[in-house]
Amino acid sequence: MGDLILLSVSSIFVNNILLMQYLGNCPFLGVSKKMETAVGMAMAVVFVMVLAGVFTWVVNTYLLKPFEVEFLRTVAFILVIASLVQFVEMFLKKSIPALYAGLGIFLPLITTNCAVMGVALILNKEEYDFIHALVASTAYAIGFGLALVLFAGVRERILLARVPKPLQDTAIGLVMAGMMSLAFFAFKGMA
Amino acid sequence: MAKSAVQEFTKGLWAEIPPFRLVLGLCPVLAVTKGVETGIFMGIATTFVLVCSNVIVSLLRKVIPKGVRIACFIVVIATFVTVAELLMQAFAYSVFMKLGIFMPLIVVNCIILGRAEALASKKGVGVSFADGLGMGIGFTLSLFALASIREIIGNGTFYEIPVFGESFQPFTFMIEAPGAFVSLGLMLCIMNLLGKK
Repeated sequence: MGDLILLSVSSIFVNNILLMQYLGNCPFLGVSKKMETAVGMAMAVVFVMVLAGVFTWVVNTYLLKPFEVEFLRTVAFILVIASLVQFVEMFLKKSIPALYAGLGIFLPLITTNCAVMGVALILNKEEYDFIHALVASTAYAIGFGLALVLFAGVRERILLARVPKPLQDTAIGLVMAGMMSLAFFAFKGMA
Repeated sequence: MAKSAVQEFTKGLWAEIPPFRLVLGLCPVLAVTKGVETGIFMGIATTFVLVCSNVIVSLLRKVIPKGVRIACFIVVIATFVTVAELLMQAFAYSVFMKLGIFMPLIVVNCIILGRAEALASKKGVGVSFADGLGMGIGFTLSLFALASIREIIGNGTFYEIPVFGESFQPFTFMIEAPGAFVSLGLMLCIMNLLGKK
């Protein structure tokens, strides 16, 4: 039990997927201009990332490893993620239309979100068992959502500030992300 | 035809150089520019995948049905990423280990899918090839520039050869995650200052 708690804390803060492992930066900078879209994206990613982590773990353990076709890992994972996103989209549209309306446009974008693929690869590289894989992917997903929502808050404030012209938009966003990353960097001392 | 191919090639080198003009595919840019060596190898691998996938997508553009095109593009890209991965494992194993999960992650690099969708699925093979090569070389140059700055300041070395004297205290902030974000942001700022043309 103790190691599961340790694993989740280290995955949320110390190895934060966005700020420490540099994964998923395109949506991080793309949708963080408004709090609403950031929350929508964070929820969609949490949802898909946990499912993708579990499914790719199953594919890797029960399909790729027994048949010794691990070189197909990249192709298999991306297909699992792409079809999963498609399936989640169809399922939500049919059964929970309210949630679909909220997440709608963000779902297709997740297919090319490297954080989802990245988590799938990390889980299988570390060779976790099922429980650890589940906990780790949930924790990574929470870390992603946390960083994205925090960053959206910072970015909304920057809109009010007078930023020099060449630094506007993405450039200042990246510098702010660096500052936030510095804050998360401090967690490394804890581990 | 020949003229437009040249134009497609050169625009990737400056006017639309990724990732500065097109803010796409930032993750590998941040992650592999810790050192010049990984930066260059990542650039070459991405260029290879970009050129091959552009050519294949362009050849298949009349065969692929509209509804499932994204899935088809991804399979083409994933195939070439696997090829690149195996080649690098065979000929440059130490760099392959350093790149780690970022090698398979070329699959989800938005530049490659973006070029397949925006250009290769509409234009001929020659133009797509030129575009892929130009974008790839532009991407490699960007990685090289950022990696040089980060490695020289953050570690005091260039391609693992020391450039400053013994007394140099490396500014390790630059090779850690925060430095990656800040230096990329400042480089974007410089590119904006220099203007579009």
